[in-house]
Amino acid sequence: MWAFINKLRSPKWFYAISARLLPWFWAAALILIVTGAIWGLLFAPADYQQGNSFRIIYVHVPAAFLAQSIFVSLAVTGLVFMVWKIKIADMAATVMAPLGAAMTFIALFSGAVWGVPTWGTWWMWDARLTSMLILLFLYLGVIALRGAFTSRDSASRAASVLAMVGVINIPIIKYSVDWWYTLHQPATFTVTGRAAMPMEMWLPLLIMVLGFYSFFIALTLMRTRSEILRREASKRWVRELAAEAK
Amino acid sequence: MAFDTFQDFLAMGGHAPYVWSAWGLTAVLLLGAVFHARFERRQVLRQLQRRARRDAHQAGRQPIQTSRGGSTNEA
Repeated sequence: MWAFINKLRSPKWFYAISARLLPWFWAAALILIVTGAIWGLLFAPADYQQGNSFRIIYVHVPAAFLAQSIFVSLAVTGLVFMVWKIKIADMAATVMAPLGAAMTFIALFSGAVWGVPTWGTWWMWDARLTSMLILLFLYLGVIALRGAFTSRDSASRAASVLAMVGVINIPIIKYSVDWWYTLHQPATFTVTGRAAMPMEMWLPLLIMVLGFYSFFIALTLMRTRSEILRREASKRWVRELAAEAK
Repeated sequence: MAFDTFQDFLAMGGHAPYVWSAWGLTAVLLLGAVFHARFERRQVLRQLQRRARRDAHQAGRQPIQTSRGGSTNEA
């Protein structure tokens, strides 16, 4: 186990192993998202109350899941970086943050345009909506902190601390719909409990969620590889790699 | 199939602006992320190769020089 963790610390090892994993995650992301999109847009039945506007759920829920998962990932990689000084964790955190911000924005935007025909308003200071907006600001704060220091180590530590403190917002988002039930409905999508929606609506949503997670993993692997080359440019193995690639 | 005609599909039962703007934004951001990652990788590789060529060139001219100030890979 420790041998494995020690290997994980090595950017060179990560660079090699991620090259083999990458095509599989890209393929999974492409197949799942295309399948889920066609199924959700064309074949899932219209909702008896909301009509076709409910098809927004197939981008809204996966984006909102990822937005929260990525922030938890930032907190975990931040902790790993702070405690064990593992550089690869900080590289991953650097490349994950913008995708997390994009996913939060998709969740907020798709929720707002969904709210117009469904709730008659695009925004209300409902607990779920407000805590998601705070999540977007936390992401922007983490990204801005990385650019605000001349020393990379200070920037990494500041971003890690903000992620570790800000992660308290995640349980608040999760339980907001139960604690302060004002506008946003409670969770409709659960993997374990009995489905709150019929199978022919739930299955494409599951496929989309899995597709978004595959996309996140693939993009993070790919961008971490670039980040490794950038930060380790003076290391011998990177220079050899550059000489060979000519 | 939930729609009878292609026009019905586009109209989304009158909810076209909401459905298509949400899906459109998602498509743009996901595709944008992929293209950005590809561009980033090509750019990093180009930088590394430039650096390798420069190092080879300098090593040929000035074999004594070992340290070089001001790295350009921090951008």
